[in-house]
Amino acid sequence: MTVKTLEPATEPTTGVNSRKKQRSLLIEAAIVIFLAVLLLVVIPPLLTAAGQGVRINQLGRFLSLAIVALGIDLIWGYTGLLSLGHGIFFALGGYAFAMYLQLQLPAGQIPDFFSLYGVETLPWFWQPFYSFPFTLIAVVALPTIVAAALGYLVFRNRIRGVYFSILTQAALIVFFNFFNGQQKLINGTNGLKTDTATLFGQQVGNNPQIMGAFYALSVLFLVLGYAFCRWLTSGRIGRMLVAIRDDETRVRFSGYDPTWFKVFVFAISAGLAGIAGALYTVQSGIITPKSMDIAFSIEMVIWVAVGGRATLVGAILGALVVNFARTLLSEQYPAFWLFFQGALFLLVVTVLPSGFLGWFRTEGANFVRSLLGRRKQVMTYPSLEEDPEVQYERENLRD
Amino acid sequence: MTQLLESLFGGLSIGSVLLLSALGLAIVFGLMGVINMAHGELMMLGAYTTFVVQNAFKKTPLEGFYIFFALIAAFIVTALLGLLLERGVIRYLYGRPLETLLATWGVSLILQQFVRSVSWQFIAGLLIFCLLFFGAMGVLSRLANFERIRGWVIGLMLPISAAISLTISHILGQTYKLAVTNPWFGTQGVDVTAPKWLRGGLPIVKEYQLPYTRLFIIVLTVVCVLGIYWFLNKTAWGLRIRAVTQNRNMSACLGIPTATVDALTFAIGSGLAGIAGCAVSLLGSVSPNTGQSYIVDTFMVVVVGGVGKLVGSIVAASAIGVISYVVSSNALGPLVGFSESLKGLFEFFATASMAKVMVFALIVIFLQFRPAGLFPQKGRTVDA
Repeated sequence: MTVKTLEPATEPTTGVNSRKKQRSLLIEAAIVIFLAVLLLVVIPPLLTAAGQGVRINQLGRFLSLAIVALGIDLIWGYTGLLSLGHGIFFALGGYAFAMYLQLQLPAGQIPDFFSLYGVETLPWFWQPFYSFPFTLIAVVALPTIVAAALGYLVFRNRIRGVYFSILTQAALIVFFNFFNGQQKLINGTNGLKTDTATLFGQQVGNNPQIMGAFYALSVLFLVLGYAFCRWLTSGRIGRMLVAIRDDETRVRFSGYDPTWFKVFVFAISAGLAGIAGALYTVQSGIITPKSMDIAFSIEMVIWVAVGGRATLVGAILGALVVNFARTLLSEQYPAFWLFFQGALFLLVVTVLPSGFLGWFRTEGANFVRSLLGRRKQVMTYPSLEEDPEVQYERENLRD
Repeated sequence: MTQLLESLFGGLSIGSVLLLSALGLAIVFGLMGVINMAHGELMMLGAYTTFVVQNAFKKTPLEGFYIFFALIAAFIVTALLGLLLERGVIRYLYGRPLETLLATWGVSLILQQFVRSVSWQFIAGLLIFCLLFFGAMGVLSRLANFERIRGWVIGLMLPISAAISLTISHILGQTYKLAVTNPWFGTQGVDVTAPKWLRGGLPIVKEYQLPYTRLFIIVLTVVCVLGIYWFLNKTAWGLRIRAVTQNRNMSACLGIPTATVDALTFAIGSGLAGIAGCAVSLLGSVSPNTGQSYIVDTFMVVVVGGVGKLVGSIVAASAIGVISYVVSSNALGPLVGFSESLKGLFEFFATASMAKVMVFALIVIFLQFRPAGLFPQKGRTVDA
């Protein structure tokens, strides 16, 4: 049996440790920037050259869905709160931006659909969406505020676990019904179209320039979102979130109030979903109450589960892979997608509980070795003995 | 007065449907801590079973009473399916409610698509696949070193049996054409017609009459609740179920077969979903999506009622039923005639979908005062 010994750290001091950390952070940043450049500069021309120009738009949409997945990973993977209502926040962001686009009209006119229902004046809550800066703020702030309010009401009473999931799902139904039923306010089932609207004097739909810009924005926000989540989870707050996930009662007994942390992280992930909603809406050309379907919100969870919980990268990969699998499969065999999706849910829960990335991190190396006919590696305790952090804890945190 | 009676009965008839569909869920969720998102789909299967039984009884002397056979058939079909589900998936997931939620959601998607695309060809393919795959697993599991080659066997047998079954079902489809490829139910909804003696209604007040189908559902709900109550409190298996709910380890030590109890509980919960589906099919057309529209409402009943107590579910279902009927029919509108703005508010919520908005808001407010529901379980184990 081969025993893997970790490189003995020469000087288990915090200085070396932090320098090491810094270096690995720099490497990670370099990889992320490299991937972003790849997505921005190399992939679109490649796809166009291969005659798959349509796929660029799909990729852009899926990248914005990956931003939602990041938010879900933050609250589910790290904090252990399974939200089945992220469609609300996604749709709120999308509607906010779509309302701004709908209002790009000559002065005095109101969007066409209002005339269908005999509405003459613009409803009051549409008014502020004339302003571009307000819209940009609203895309993030609206979902954040709704999530914070809902979260506060729920978490204050220590409603957790499955009850939280069921309540978020019920909230989703409520928002769906509200948006679906109010034709006179927001065009009900038909939703708001964005592809006929204009942005900065150019038509949005079928405009490669604007679509390219939004593709780039999706990549940009995905990178920013990733960096933000990475920063958040690697610091003290991140440890707090994990602590809440693993033993909330103990956190409470240690003198922290988990409520505010939970409200905070729920609001953040809602904000991410809002941004994603706005980006997605423009790239798909329409937002309807259908984005608040029960199924869609649960699907978001499965992206994270497939990729791997509490990994962030896994969430992004999961969103991209599952969505591409969906388009490819439902183009070929529309009936089989639901079977496939159902099987995916079952498999991920029973066979791969930590997702592909989690499996790869724990078992992957051993699996490759066993394929090559080698023996398994065993982590033994010399590695523990030489771990600088363990040493440090032993010396300084004795009692 | 007439208004009051009308809203009472209207609410009761909504509440009884809610209660009937929530009953199975309350048992499974309350006693086992399993979130069964496929509950709605089990209801849908119960409704489809009713449809099949109705067609089977057409032009026979028992035509008028098919509904009773349908109730039994629906119970058996969904209970067997529930048993399969518990043995196949859920028993690996006890103690992880969020995982059961996701897994049963996957099952619900599969069931929906199954009902849409089931045909003779599909069934033949499925049977051949199961026969080949599980047969091979059964034969090979006698080998001494099975555990070691297990991964390889699964990896090999899965594509082989899938390929064989797909080919055979494809050939079947080519030779017999539409006779085997035609889906049984299709994506469209199917209609169950109530037997003759259930048509019409019982006049209660002037214009309002309670349809006999609604009355039938109310009676059915009462019978089911009493039956479950009797089963849980007066029979040996009921006693075992309650014992396992209270303390699983201690029950196991005392010789109660906990695995059997789990399977039985889940089967009964699923069977009740089938009965609920049978009742629901009398109210309107049944489509593969029927289940989805019930699932959230029924969960709300269980949450408001408090987990583990049937009384809670009964009270919660009737309360939610009455409130949603009152709000959606705008029964309170005339009462607040003195204030224009209040009247406007009530009118704003006076549709079925907006009533849901109102009811949910009320539920959230209610949970502020009673976070654990109407009749919470007491004791130290609850918080764990």
